[in-house]
Amino acid sequence: MKRLLVAVAAVVLIVAAGLKARPTVVGPGAPASPREADKPRPTSLQAQRQGSASAASARDAAPVDLTGYWVSYVTENWRYRMVTPAKGEYRRIPASPAALPIIAAWDPAADERAGEQCKSYGAGAIMSVPGRLHITWQDANTLRIDIDAGRQTRLVRFTASAPLSGAPPTWQGESTGRWERVPAPDTGGSLSVVTTHLRAGYLRKNGVPYSERATVSEHFDVAPLPDRGQLLLVNTTVEDPVYLNGPYIVSPHFKKESDGSKWDPTPCSSTW
Amino acid sequence: MFIDLVIRRVALGVAIAGLAGAAVSTQVGPSESGGVLPSRFEIAGSWNPLGTEDVQNDSVPVDYLGLAMTDEARARALSYDESQKSMLERQCQGWGAAYAVLGPFGLRISTESDATTNQVLAYTIDPWEDWNGMTIWMDGRPHPSEHALHTQAGFTTGRWEGGALAAHTTHVKAGFIRKTGVPLSDEATIDWRFFRHGDVLTVLMVARDPIYLVEPEVVSKGFRLSQAPLDYRDPCIPSFEGPEPGDPVPHYAPEQNPFVNEFVELYHLPREAVLGYRDTLYPEYRKKIKDTYVPPPPCTADCGVAGNFVRRRGP
Repeated sequence: MKRLLVAVAAVVLIVAAGLKARPTVVGPGAPASPREADKPRPTSLQAQRQGSASAASARDAAPVDLTGYWVSYVTENWRYRMVTPAKGEYRRIPASPAALPIIAAWDPAADERAGEQCKSYGAGAIMSVPGRLHITWQDANTLRIDIDAGRQTRLVRFTASAPLSGAPPTWQGESTGRWERVPAPDTGGSLSVVTTHLRAGYLRKNGVPYSERATVSEHFDVAPLPDRGQLLLVNTTVEDPVYLNGPYIVSPHFKKESDGSKWDPTPCSSTW
Repeated sequence: MFIDLVIRRVALGVAIAGLAGAAVSTQVGPSESGGVLPSRFEIAGSWNPLGTEDVQNDSVPVDYLGLAMTDEARARALSYDESQKSMLERQCQGWGAAYAVLGPFGLRISTESDATTNQVLAYTIDPWEDWNGMTIWMDGRPHPSEHALHTQAGFTTGRWEGGALAAHTTHVKAGFIRKTGVPLSDEATIDWRFFRHGDVLTVLMVARDPIYLVEPEVVSKGFRLSQAPLDYRDPCIPSFEGPEPGDPVPHYAPEQNPFVNEFVELYHLPREAVLGYRDTLYPEYRKKIKDTYVPPPPCTADCGVAGNFVRRRGP
């Protein structure tokens, strides 16, 4: 009997050890206590060093710090981002046959008159629009990305939100975030974001469309730059069963800025 | 006695399973949730370029968009005539390390392991016809002396960091960072980050050059894992392409490059952007040209794929 008890105790200890060793996973459905959100918080990296095994908020569990001001560094796709390309040019976008009449019919003045001047500022394109990001935590489980170009705001929720009942789609849609953490003893990780419930928009300023059925999947990664600088790489995949023949993948990048002194919100424009 | 034996074996089995489970959960985690990014990923394999981003910037002879060049770099680039590459002695020079992401090809990456320890010694990116490939040494060896030989590929070491492969290249030979003749000096260094998310490999290149770049050249290029192996190993064999042995090296004298306005006129682009001035890389520049830029007219003839209407003209 004594041996049986010893064996049972050993099993309990081992299972407990296994649970403790399991990495913290934060994602949709991860519990978040409202009280925790009100407490003074250590920084995300402090929380990481403390190695809490409890169900931490997304803010506390962040394996990388994305907060702060970031500026577009337009070294790629310059001709498609810094200026409006010619009407009809959709080079490097796998546009479907259904997209071609829309591309051919693009009329920026008509968009402006219809109040659709933000069509090229939706989540399918906004990270490629030259501008600045201001990333903050709106609350313990919601990352807020303000964008000065077009005065847009994206909310990345780390908790599963209730499905919207008839709410109209929006330019920035509904974004769900999830940290992907590198297991100890290494540090670091990536932010994975999936966005749906989008209002139909443009992938490029010159009217290359995506539909309301589009899904935008992103990975936010940080890399060092010379002189202690930081680079934010946003790997973006747009999939659209209506207007794309395949995934459209781009990876715009941003430089970290020390403050918001160059923050310059400007309204959407379909003509510029 | 028999029950004791059974209890001991069950306890031992559970203990082993529990420890194994704990170890696995520490290293990998619940992969279906996507909550864990592996410290290291499998990079070996064939990777096809996605082709959805414009990183080559070589469709016309004078295209320095997206670069922050020094005045010296600009002068040298404008003196470059791409006919140089038709000279017998230059046809097989190939391009430097940066061409891994600036070139049009995919990557075939293999692993070289120590036969005794089975530890990874290096990752090798196989060469193409006009690129010399790259070896990323992973065994902690130091970079050679600054006086050591500089080569097209340079010398590259790597390490795993934050779920990405980080690499650093030195000892590059003086050459070009773009096929349009934008120079890169032998003092340049390149930092790389290889990120893998699913079947997509993103290669981030940050090139610094104290001689020719005012700010780093940053390029991120996506590749997708290919089921079929890539093979670009056709040898470069020089052949007669026009210039005779002894002919002068093709070049343009200062202010004589006939293509300097081609891109400007075709796409209505500002000249300072085409010529690689630093300010053109930031959002403020977009606001600066807001009232002067006029989009080019739609293409009506010889538009090519997806409305790309660049047509080359003679000098």
